[in-house]
Amino acid sequence: MNRFAELLDRLAFEPSRHGKLRLLTDYFRHTGDPDRGYALAALTGALSFSNAKPALIRGLIAERVDPVLFALSYDYVGDLSETVALLWPASPRPADLARNSDAGALATIVETLNSAGRSELPRLIVAWLDQLDEKGRWALLKLITGGLRIGVSARLAKTALAALNGSDVNEIEDVWPGLSPPYLPLFAWLDGHGTKPAADNAVQFRTPMLAHAIEDKDFETLDPGDYSAEWKWDGIRVQVACGAGKDGRNLVRLYSRTGEDISAAFPDLVEAIHLSRLSDVCFDGELLIVLDGKVQPFGVLQQRLNRKTVSAKLMADYPPHVRAYDLLYENGEDLRPLPFSQRRARLEVCVRQAAAPWLDLSPQIAFADWPALAAARADPAAANAGDDALAVEGVMLKRCDSAYVPGRPKGLWWKWKRDPFVLDAVLMYAQRGHGKRSSYYSDYTFGLWRDGQSGDELVPVGKAYFGFTDEELKQLDRYVRDHTINRFGPVREVTATAKEGLVLEVAFEGVQRSTRHRSGVAMRFPRISRIRWDKPSRDADRLETLEKLIPV
Amino acid sequence: MVMASSLLVSAPEGLYCPTGDFFVDPVRPVRRALITHGHSDHARAGHGAVLATAETLGIMALRYGAQFAGTQQPVRLGEVLRIGEAEVSFHPAGHVLGSAQVAIGNTRERIVVSGDYKRAADPTCPPFEVVPCDIFITEATFGLPIFHHPDAGEEVGKLIASLRLFPERTHMVGAYTLGKAQRLMALIRQAGWDRPVYIHGAAEKITDFYIAHGIDLGEIRKVADAGKTKLPGEIVICPPTSLADAWSRRFADPVSCFASGWMRTRARARQRGVELPLVISDHADWPELTRTIMETGCREVWVTHGEGDALVHWAQTQGLKAMPLHMLGYGDEEEGGDQTEPAAET
Ligand SMILES: [Zn+2]
Ligand SMILES: [Zn+2]
Repeated sequence: MNRFAELLDRLAFEPSRHGKLRLLTDYFRHTGDPDRGYALAALTGALSFSNAKPALIRGLIAERVDPVLFALSYDYVGDLSETVALLWPASPRPADLARNSDAGALATIVETLNSAGRSELPRLIVAWLDQLDEKGRWALLKLITGGLRIGVSARLAKTALAALNGSDVNEIEDVWPGLSPPYLPLFAWLDGHGTKPAADNAVQFRTPMLAHAIEDKDFETLDPGDYSAEWKWDGIRVQVACGAGKDGRNLVRLYSRTGEDISAAFPDLVEAIHLSRLSDVCFDGELLIVLDGKVQPFGVLQQRLNRKTVSAKLMADYPPHVRAYDLLYENGEDLRPLPFSQRRARLEVCVRQAAAPWLDLSPQIAFADWPALAAARADPAAANAGDDALAVEGVMLKRCDSAYVPGRPKGLWWKWKRDPFVLDAVLMYAQRGHGKRSSYYSDYTFGLWRDGQSGDELVPVGKAYFGFTDEELKQLDRYVRDHTINRFGPVREVTATAKEGLVLEVAFEGVQRSTRHRSGVAMRFPRISRIRWDKPSRDADRLETLEKLIPV
Repeated sequence: MVMASSLLVSAPEGLYCPTGDFFVDPVRPVRRALITHGHSDHARAGHGAVLATAETLGIMALRYGAQFAGTQQPVRLGEVLRIGEAEVSFHPAGHVLGSAQVAIGNTRERIVVSGDYKRAADPTCPPFEVVPCDIFITEATFGLPIFHHPDAGEEVGKLIASLRLFPERTHMVGAYTLGKAQRLMALIRQAGWDRPVYIHGAAEKITDFYIAHGIDLGEIRKVADAGKTKLPGEIVICPPTSLADAWSRRFADPVSCFASGWMRTRARARQRGVELPLVISDHADWPELTRTIMETGCREVWVTHGEGDALVHWAQTQGLKAMPLHMLGYGDEEEGGDQTEPAAET
């Protein structure tokens, strides 16, 4: 456990990608089986202990620490595992797990957690926590509750793995779906004494090709004739894979752009894909909610994200839809080396033949030159987006002759996002952040002016917790502490009057009506774009200005 | 609950004693001020008359110039003075050189204003003295039960171990220039490190002041005098703000270290981009705060600044009266946010 805790701790403090890779490769090289396999599983999110819920951990600490002191500490630290690790009373007992033969300790814990019943867990976890030091407790709790959040993606862990034998990370991705913890055949191959595990290709995830954000100067070097354009949809990017498993049955998988299998969250969509009899294909598209033939804004799709169980009502209210834009694999053929224009032609045929209600094609935008495309981007409804224009967040440019290259190759694909809206708002409340920014007042609620009973009053319209630099965060934190007029638990109210107040320039992607907000509106994706130390608070914008942006 | 005493009240300028007509650590200029220690959030310039230990007066003169107040009066630790109707005495706080608690009493009660303090050993200043009192006024910079400062010697051991591991890299240690920096130097000597320790210009005057007061810090050299060498494998002590600025580029692949009680939580350390966090603090941690409150035998606790809510809650569960004062203007020092250092030349 020692080694694993040390690895997590050092990863948490290592700022550079290169440094993280070195730490990981080092760990995989110098740690034995099966510990390293379980560590890999933890890092790639392949472990989950359904009986070990955060509520269990909260219960254990509640027996040991005053609830008010726990709440204040948790509010300050911002991370349950770290809070409990710091608060856990030091035990006089010898630290077996920390000191005595570390080898196998992680595997023992993982295997015990996998096999233990719900009623045994508290006793086991208490015994481990008593034996570990603060760092070990933190690592154990991170492991148990899942979500390590130490800045390591599954992709990064696999890249570090590939470095063991100098193979390409995509080779690991190819064989990954057929493997499970503790990955003994994989490590045997990487160590040079085993054959490469066979790829289970049927419903394999293929690392997506990503676009660069385009800047004004880029247009000078690009020829519009080389590119095809389509809408950038405001949903989530998914990959749909269908194929026959080893037993001949048709399999369907829905992957997020990071390769996470999200099929379980969309059983209705998976069922629909089965019914459409698609097989032996893999394509990219945007997951959207379509009601009465109209694409819904992102806020609606959000109702279906990050859910463990999906109710019938949820499925009925928010039917999922895939808008396809690239074909990667079809009938035993890897299409990725083909130029985009050919893949697109094959995709059009594929979608037409499927003739499935949950599936359509992302339309292409005709344009003669960049100004014409700029005009379409500024008014998607007038181009061919029609009613769906509200779900457009910009345009995508794809080189017609580009192969499908995993990762973010330079110069082939571009995204050209719509310009954000900006408004000047007044800071009203601040709350301590979580994660990296906990212990700073880093979540800001801001408001706009409106007519009140006794003259102008501020009404809160949104909340933002990023967009500023670390230096600005410190200044904002200081401002909040020095201008606090009220405290409500972790929230502080700051001075916000026509005479005195801090103006924040807020950028956002859109706005819609909302009954959950006092102002009656909800901003999409708000962030602080500038701190207007110079601007008098009375000159901030009014609610009416925001309301005018609501689509009718 | 209204916390009041005939001896002391909380005012916008700071804690005020009406019967003696003076303030303790006022944040705005006042006619008469008693100063607990030289940190700039407690010791400000521009008061009419200042009473403090000789060391604190010396530190204030270094920072603000000899004429920082109308008149200056040094007080010895333990000496009892009468100011108006109040009896006043200063007692060691164990925080930095010259730091003191201020005890204020009359025939009926005694109040102790502890300023900033710690209970852990510090080779550069006399240890905290428990002064029995009715009302104890405490800071709560680390007033949450998650704060347990480990043994400072072991933390310095991590620094020495890292120097052995990376003998080609400069180890830059961010430390508050008054107190923390010199304590660190003394701890480094206790750990057996006998190479010269290099310091940033901002720490020069105050370090000289400590040495002039007979505190052995070994051989201290100025970075400015080091010439073209990139100081591989050496320790450089600097203000925390210098860790990330251009000044750090002159060193050999520097390891960024930060000595502060805030390093106890990962978020704070990561926020600052620290590679080697050293949990070393000149403020009391949770066990020290709670132990000290009990040892004074007080019946009431007032919390001036920091994480007051938790400490107040704890004191109430112990049957004490307690209230946070939420005083503004204190508490930057562990952050290194203090920009009014004695003249910083780089
Ligand atoms: Zn201080
Ligand atoms: Zn202070």
